[in-house]
Amino acid sequence: MPEVLLETRGLGKRFGAVVAAEDVNVSVTAGEIVGVIGANGAGKTTFCNMVTGYLTPDLGQILFRGKDITGCTVGQATEAGIHRSFQIPQLFPGLTVYENLLLAVGVFGHRRPPWWQPLVRPEVENEATAIMERYRIAESATTRVDRLPQGVRKLLDIAMAMVGQPAMILLDEPTSGISTKEKFDVMGNVIDALRKSAATVLFVEHDMEVVGRYADRVIAFREGRVLADGTPGVVLEDPAVIEHVVGRRPGRAPDA
Amino acid sequence: MIELAAIVVDSLVYASWLFIVSIGLTLIFGVMNVLNVAHGSLYALGAYTAAWAVGMYVSGAPDAGFELLAIMLVAAVVVGVVVGLLIERGVLRWVYGRDEIVIVLATYAVFLVLEDVMKLIFGPESYIAFQPRFLFGTVSVAGIPYVGYDLLLVPVVALIGLGIWAAIHRTRPGKLLIAVIHDREIAAALGINVTRFFTVTFLCGAFLGALGGALSAPLISVVPGIGVELIVLAFAVVVIGGLGSVEGAAVGALLVGLGRTAAVFFRPELELFVVFVVMTVVLAVRPEGLFGKPKARRI
Amino acid sequence: MTLLRRVRLTTAGIAVATAALLALWPLLPAWAAHTVGVSLGGGLVVLGLLILIRFGLVSFGQGLFFAIGGYAAALANQFLGITDMLVLSVAGIASAGAVAWALGYIVRGHRGIFFAMLNLAFSMILFGILAKTVVLGSTDGFSVGVPTLLGFAPDPEAGRLTFMLFGYIVVFTAVVAWWVDRILASPIGYAGQGVRENELRLRYLGVSARGAVHIAYIAAAKLAALGGVFTVLLIGHVTPEDTAYWTKSGEFVFVAILGGSGNVAAPFIAQTVFELVRTFALQYAPDAWQMLLGITLLLVILFLPGGLWSLADRLRGRDA
Ligand SMILES: Nc1ncnc2c1ncn2[C@@H]1O[C@H](COP(=O)(O)OP(=O)(O)O)[C@@H](O)[C@H]1O
Ligand SMILES: [Mg+2]
Repeated sequence: MPEVLLETRGLGKRFGAVVAAEDVNVSVTAGEIVGVIGANGAGKTTFCNMVTGYLTPDLGQILFRGKDITGCTVGQATEAGIHRSFQIPQLFPGLTVYENLLLAVGVFGHRRPPWWQPLVRPEVENEATAIMERYRIAESATTRVDRLPQGVRKLLDIAMAMVGQPAMILLDEPTSGISTKEKFDVMGNVIDALRKSAATVLFVEHDMEVVGRYADRVIAFREGRVLADGTPGVVLEDPAVIEHVVGRRPGRAPDA
Repeated sequence: MIELAAIVVDSLVYASWLFIVSIGLTLIFGVMNVLNVAHGSLYALGAYTAAWAVGMYVSGAPDAGFELLAIMLVAAVVVGVVVGLLIERGVLRWVYGRDEIVIVLATYAVFLVLEDVMKLIFGPESYIAFQPRFLFGTVSVAGIPYVGYDLLLVPVVALIGLGIWAAIHRTRPGKLLIAVIHDREIAAALGINVTRFFTVTFLCGAFLGALGGALSAPLISVVPGIGVELIVLAFAVVVIGGLGSVEGAAVGALLVGLGRTAAVFFRPELELFVVFVVMTVVLAVRPEGLFGKPKARRI
Repeated sequence: MTLLRRVRLTTAGIAVATAALLALWPLLPAWAAHTVGVSLGGGLVVLGLLILIRFGLVSFGQGLFFAIGGYAAALANQFLGITDMLVLSVAGIASAGAVAWALGYIVRGHRGIFFAMLNLAFSMILFGILAKTVVLGSTDGFSVGVPTLLGFAPDPEAGRLTFMLFGYIVVFTAVVAWWVDRILASPIGYAGQGVRENELRLRYLGVSARGAVHIAYIAAAKLAALGGVFTVLLIGHVTPEDTAYWTKSGEFVFVAILGGSGNVAAPFIAQTVFELVRTFALQYAPDAWQMLLGITLLLVILFLPGGLWSLADRLRGRDA
């Protein structure tokens, strides 16, 4: 039986009167690709924030590989092997794509040279180049990040998150800001690269077609609660999900 | 008992002075995100100009009365408007949008220039304008005689503070100003002339700095270097209160005023740095100052 | 140009400059040798600021550590009778390191204006303590005797600035600058760029931004203290006004901006320019010196954001 990688028990989080998470129980098995859906403000990002230690939940527990990581810092969660990308890419805007990756590879634990040694060394350079190729952003290697188009930024953000070869990666809206036409390309790229590194993936996505295509399992959030959790076929057809998340009335065909 | 009363009164007087010399600094920061080192120069210029004007007037009319206060006010207005315009239109507008620290450095550059400009205009000698200070006689509080001018600072400064607060929160331009503070882009998109607001705010802040100097002129001997000393003190007050907060500046002034007066009474050797100890403690506990709002980052 | 090559080029440059200065000693008039020494001392403080600037931080209180270095040396000389410049240097570095380690817990969570102003507050506290404490010399400060090195005392007739002291300062500074250059190219130096560019991403790369800032803060403090020791050994005197008062810290920031943060050589070049211009300005136009500083600072901010060093890059036709 495959290992349960991530498990949350009764997570709760409030911002003043806003309920961003309530009684969230989720468990993710190693190797799964989980899609997370939900309207804006449903608590998807808050979930990612809590799991990666950016926010501490008010209630509940987070277990990673059976170990309680509730209340740990971002650094500790990263160390444990949970990394993430962001809705708005978090990059080093004044540096080029290549320099971003050099920095990421060079400061990240297992590749880090001793602190008195120059960071730029052949193995670091090779790794950075390999990552650029894996995510097909090598053409932009020498472009400063603040001059990149959104699509490349999104890819680089994910590539940066994958530098540490995490056991689990959370992608917060990897295709937002990308045209519908390119969405599948980007997502295909990403999923390919992630499959190769055998990471377990949880991705937040608004496009139901993308979710249907790539997710093994779908979790729907509404007002901080898990509304539905199961295979795409079941969840995406669930009337409550259709009403509150997908945004069309139950019983009608998607394009009608 | 007498000691306690003296400490309270001294603290209040000193706090009022601190508030009036630092309020312009926090106002400008709150609206424009500019930490204006040249505030020290505006203070010094206000003091010099007021002292000089009072001196000139008194030499012609030895028994001058309350018109001296008007002269001081005019001095502050002239300095605030002229120097304020020069700084804002001449320098600051070229650095808007750059890093906070770069803007601080630009105002520091202005401060350096003005230091020498003042030396060139007013020379190295000291200016003394004590006459306005004795317009109100002396008042006795709990048996201790106080100079009326000093005591009057308390209600006058309190009124100025309330006026500023009301102007921001109770008038239409004030509400527009809050919109500008909240989000410059959106304010601009709504058709608010953000540039105009910046200029006017800077002029008001500059005037308040000069006013602080003018009101101080009768209390001190106006010599080179007063701006250098003042600016670090004013920084401490507004940082303690929370940069950009008018209420914060008031509370910061009270805290520092109390701390310094207590030091003067009990441990005079601490006087010089009690202000900065308070500032360090406050920032260690509340990184944004007492009334500052933490900038939480939504990701 | 790859970074590795840049590091090697800088190493070569430092070696050449060191050799040249040592060889020039017999030709240098006393005032010039003094200016070089003082510029290297001040340049070390600015080198510390350069590290902080690489981290996206500016301290308006480096005078604090400059003073600690100077006072540590002066006090060790006065009360313990220590004259060895090496021991005095270590005393300065160690004192500043300890203070910075402790204060680092307060400042490492602050950025931008708050970081700058907290340091200003610290330096003003020290200024207040120094100026009001009689055993610490009050506002008059201390004098320091002529230093020795490893048991060798200079010729008592030769005055304060001997080849021993000059050579010591030049070689020590060169080694330190070389080391800093190397560290800036190491993971901790890159972490600094991460702090400057986007702390959140850095944290998600498993690096503690606060820890990195703390380390940089201590390093900058030690450099400032060493600069303080050198300056005191050269001048023979230390006062609170000339070390801990905020205007001195402001001067260091000025030089840091003037030089730019492009290379470890920039602080020393800029500090030398600063010292030379000051010498002449104070002689011919003492009342326009600060105005000159202010106007220069404005011009650099507006037209040369990378400082003097970027001028060199521009002349070579590279993107600065
Ligand atoms: N740092 C925060 N402070 C206050 N409210 C927040 C914060 N983060 C999220 N929220 C609120 O919590 C709710 C959930 O937000 P979020 O998790 O970002 O939703 P989603 O990612 O599903 O769109 C929203 O109502 C949002 O406004
Ligand atoms: Mg979200």
